[in-house]
Amino acid sequence: MMTLKVNGQDHQIEAEPDTPLLYVLRDDLKLNAAKFGCGLGQCGSCTVMVDGKAVLSCVTPMVLLEGKQVTTLEGLGTISEPAPIQRAFMEEQSAQCGYCIAGMMMRAQALLLRNPKPTDEQIRAEFAPHLCRCGTHMRILRAVHRASRLMDTADASSSTRRSAQ
Amino acid sequence: MKKSGIVAGIVVALLAAGGAAAFAIAWRPAIAAIEPADRQSFSPDLVKRGRELAAIGNCSDCHTVRGGKNFAGGLPVPTPFGVVFSSNITPDPETGIGRWSEEAFRRAMRSGVNRQGQHLYPTFPYDHFTNVSDEDDRALYAFLMTREPVHAPKPENQLSFPLDQRVVVAGWKLLFLRRETYQPDASKSAEWNRGAYLVEGLAHCGACHTPRNALGAERATASFAGGDVDNWQAYPINAQSPAPVPWDADALFAYLRHGVHPDHGTARGPMAEVVSNLSSVPESDVRAIATYMADVFGSPSPERKLRGEAAQAQAKANPQPASDAASGKNATGAAIYAAACASCHESGRQPPYGGINLALSTAVASPDPRNLANIVLSGVRPVEGERSPIMPGFAASMNDEQIAAVLNYLRGRFSEQPPWSDLEKIVADARRSQTAFLQTSARARNAPADPAQRDKP
Repeated sequence: MMTLKVNGQDHQIEAEPDTPLLYVLRDDLKLNAAKFGCGLGQCGSCTVMVDGKAVLSCVTPMVLLEGKQVTTLEGLGTISEPAPIQRAFMEEQSAQCGYCIAGMMMRAQALLLRNPKPTDEQIRAEFAPHLCRCGTHMRILRAVHRASRLMDTADASSSTRRSAQ
Repeated sequence: MKKSGIVAGIVVALLAAGGAAAFAIAWRPAIAAIEPADRQSFSPDLVKRGRELAAIGNCSDCHTVRGGKNFAGGLPVPTPFGVVFSSNITPDPETGIGRWSEEAFRRAMRSGVNRQGQHLYPTFPYDHFTNVSDEDDRALYAFLMTREPVHAPKPENQLSFPLDQRVVVAGWKLLFLRRETYQPDASKSAEWNRGAYLVEGLAHCGACHTPRNALGAERATASFAGGDVDNWQAYPINAQSPAPVPWDADALFAYLRHGVHPDHGTARGPMAEVVSNLSSVPESDVRAIATYMADVFGSPSPERKLRGEAAQAQAKANPQPASDAASGKNATGAAIYAAACASCHESGRQPPYGGINLALSTAVASPDPRNLANIVLSGVRPVEGERSPIMPGFAASMNDEQIAAVLNYLRGRFSEQPPWSDLEKIVADARRSQTAFLQTSARARNAPADPAQRDKP
């Protein structure tokens, strides 16, 4: 039994130390934003944040998460109250099938926390671990820039939400 | 009085003679500046040949910074003596080599002196380029003079006195620069000689793979015995190679040409740039390099061969991680390995579609754990526009202690070697240097390796 902190809440989890975080999030906690894509850390669709950094949850065993804060897309915003990163992806219509997008948003969020005004080149380099077969790359790029502007002018409600991670 | 006058006279004469001698050793004349050459004056064939030679010489690797223009220089090269920045070798007249004649270029390659007559620091490996033929220097010159000129002043080197005085380099050259050029060995094949010419000359393999002495020169008695570059270990590539499976000419060719071999894994770190460049040159040259280097490695002893076969057998055997995890000896390392590593490294898929079984990994078998630490932290980045092996980095998900645990686990399970010591400190150092390395070095995408550019002059 171990305690896993997800989106500001403590959960008691029964899992082997080598269980990937992704399985616990989806199977035990029913947090289904993070997706299983390849299971090998090669596609990025399982990306979540751990202590503010983008991490591939399919290759992150539970043993690494003792005392860490996990943030999933569910922890950023809701349907009625989307976080800036979610609004930006919606406004740019960056999703086609959407399977990779939750992971992309988490990577973008981690990038913007560290670097609020990334250049195109920095975003491309940062997103190298992510695959998208629909080909919405240019929209994704625009969405990250839009999120950066939205966060600049974000209203108080969404900024308190963001400070939760 | 008289006597001391004579002594003083002798001293003055000696000093003057010494000074004159030093001046004669150190002083090099400037070579007249030329009007920037007309790009059309170089034949396309010569330029294309120069492109291939520049790829063999891996020029772009040091002369390009991450996100910067090709060949515009400015890369900080850390040395034990301070930081030396690479030069702008685009044909920009002010900050590049646009006003250099071919003669000035050849002098820089042969004796490490710039057009103005200043000595260049031996981070520029002219101790190898003495072997490059006039013909090849001409092609390299033609290639560089037809690149896009980039205005990019070179940052000041960060060297302390007296090393910041370029005249000091003249003394270094006196001690370490052999001026003779490559002489073919008539008892060997043409291919071997071609390989030797490239390896000892333009490809300058020893610049990284040969250890250096206290004055920063390659140790002549320890050729290819392994060296250091950017906090990576450049493996010994002679009989002391720690590779579990001994290298042969075919394996070397495949690795140098494609960056990956099923018995050895993937080229990464600074070597990734080298093989990226070698993928674009004539196959016969890579074959020649492999032939010569196989001879340098030597044929393995029967005992060495047996160990290689044992490693291959272990790699083919069925996975056995569960018992390890249960043993509790290094439960953290075992759990990390099972979740983060085994799904690729025990998949049985050939690289680049799967990771190699770590029983075959030189990084795990080497006495120096830095390469393994670097690769676990940073992974293997995809090469833009090409099919290439990739591995996620784990810097964001594992702390130094956890990485040390997984390294210990790999060493215990996949090699016969004694455990590494001081791992946490080594991982902490690797984390610092990898962060710096990823910020400054060019991506694994250099002009000559860009497939769209390959056939262009």
